[in-house]
Amino acid sequence: MIKVQNLAKSFGPLWAVEDVSFSVEKGEFFGFLGPNGAGKTTTINILCTLLSPTRGEATVAGYDVVREPNQVRRSIGIIFQDPSLDERLTAFENLRFHAMLYHLPWRETKERMESLLSMVGLSGRRNDLVKYFSGGMKRRLEIVRGLLHSPQLLFLDEPTLGLDPQTRKYIWTYVRDLQKKEGLTLFMTTHYMEEADQCDRIAIIDAGKIIALDTPTAFKRSLGVGSLEEVFLKLTGREIREEDASEKDQLRDLHRKWIGRMR
Amino acid sequence: MELQSIYTVWLRDLVRIRRDRTQLLGSLARPILWLLFLGIGMGPVFHSDMEMPYLHYLFPGIIAMNLLFASFLSAISIIWDREFGFLKEILVSPISRSSIAFGKAASGSTIAVLQGLVVLAFAPLLHISLSFSSLFLLIPSMFLVAFTCTSMGIVLASRMTSFEGFGTIANFVIMPMFFLSGAIFPLDRIPTWLKLLTRLNPLTYGVDQFRWILYGVHRFPVAFDLSFNIFFSLLMLGLAIAMFKRSPA
Repeated sequence: MIKVQNLAKSFGPLWAVEDVSFSVEKGEFFGFLGPNGAGKTTTINILCTLLSPTRGEATVAGYDVVREPNQVRRSIGIIFQDPSLDERLTAFENLRFHAMLYHLPWRETKERMESLLSMVGLSGRRNDLVKYFSGGMKRRLEIVRGLLHSPQLLFLDEPTLGLDPQTRKYIWTYVRDLQKKEGLTLFMTTHYMEEADQCDRIAIIDAGKIIALDTPTAFKRSLGVGSLEEVFLKLTGREIREEDASEKDQLRDLHRKWIGRMR
Repeated sequence: MELQSIYTVWLRDLVRIRRDRTQLLGSLARPILWLLFLGIGMGPVFHSDMEMPYLHYLFPGIIAMNLLFASFLSAISIIWDREFGFLKEILVSPISRSSIAFGKAASGSTIAVLQGLVVLAFAPLLHISLSFSSLFLLIPSMFLVAFTCTSMGIVLASRMTSFEGFGTIANFVIMPMFFLSGAIFPLDRIPTWLKLLTRLNPLTYGVDQFRWILYGVHRFPVAFDLSFNIFFSLLMLGLAIAMFKRSPA
């Protein structure tokens, strides 16, 4: 479903992603973990055609992200790290415009919308403006929107950040359910290790490079630790970072601030 | 570019503007303010040697002003979209970048023309007669001016990532364009260097066109007004599309 070969992306003199290769199978639940600024979001932005890579190649659903961006865009759904709804529109209008942007036939899409809305418990709020929604409701609506065009692959960039445990649990129930029912491939980044534990396989990225890739169980076994948290800390832990806390990290920080301002 | 995608981008902006009462209020307040205070205040100063009452002279300029402000405000909504993340939703959808830019230019112009029409409601109060034929010419001509301004706004907004920049644009683009368009004072008694600037200003030809449609008075050949604006709007649209293709997400 995803094939990435020696992917790299630089912003000026800074390499946000240095050399990343991996592949994700169809129907797989793939976790992409790493400390802040490791290059997770940059990688996702390349895979969903928002950024073009400086070097390397990536195909998503069999399409090249640089040469066939529109085919890629049609095949994927994305839940961005930051909210991306139009707050001045109602929930229904947000979904209606999404359907129009994807040129979906409305009759069939309407049915899918109804079932997705009731799945996340938003059927009764469809005509309310999104600006009156809580954080959890917005997230649930974004999930409905991301799934509306029946993507083969769903990107989830820290999908449960800032949500209460109840909402988090619900979201995972829906998403896993869909993964089983529709054979959806999931590509997720998260800082919650108990969520990462659900993944089929996990890649750990640090300083723009993939430093390990395995199943959660294999990770724990090979490192001889009981939890994924310990695996993560062992692989990206403080000791390693301090050695690396050089000019490069400072620049990376600066870049992050700069990107933050650009947003 | 596909028609449905352009329509989608256009429709969203129109649905949004319907809920935005402050913009409607602004489009009403601005002409009242300028016509009432400037028009009545400056009237006696200008009156002696002009071919028409100052308020009549000013009126087409105020139409242009409402078009100008509304166009830029609409284009600026791109910055909002970037700030609130919605731009990403549009950028990852399978519609072309040129459709997005064209749709934005179309929605901005539509909204601006609606706000320009608000000014026309004041015509009877100022004893300006509006015939159907002049209205028939005025609307497409207003659309052309608005399209030029919106495309210009998109070019600027596509590079802007914060609202701090908007004040700068207002000071260095919108106001000079307005002042140097012949909207509020005639352009024939100003120094040559300033005249040069007015000749490069697309709004100059827009205001001239409006004056021709309303009163039959004009400074430049009508065909020149029209072709300059068409040329300028196509240039800006092309630039807006090019900028949008490289715009940061």
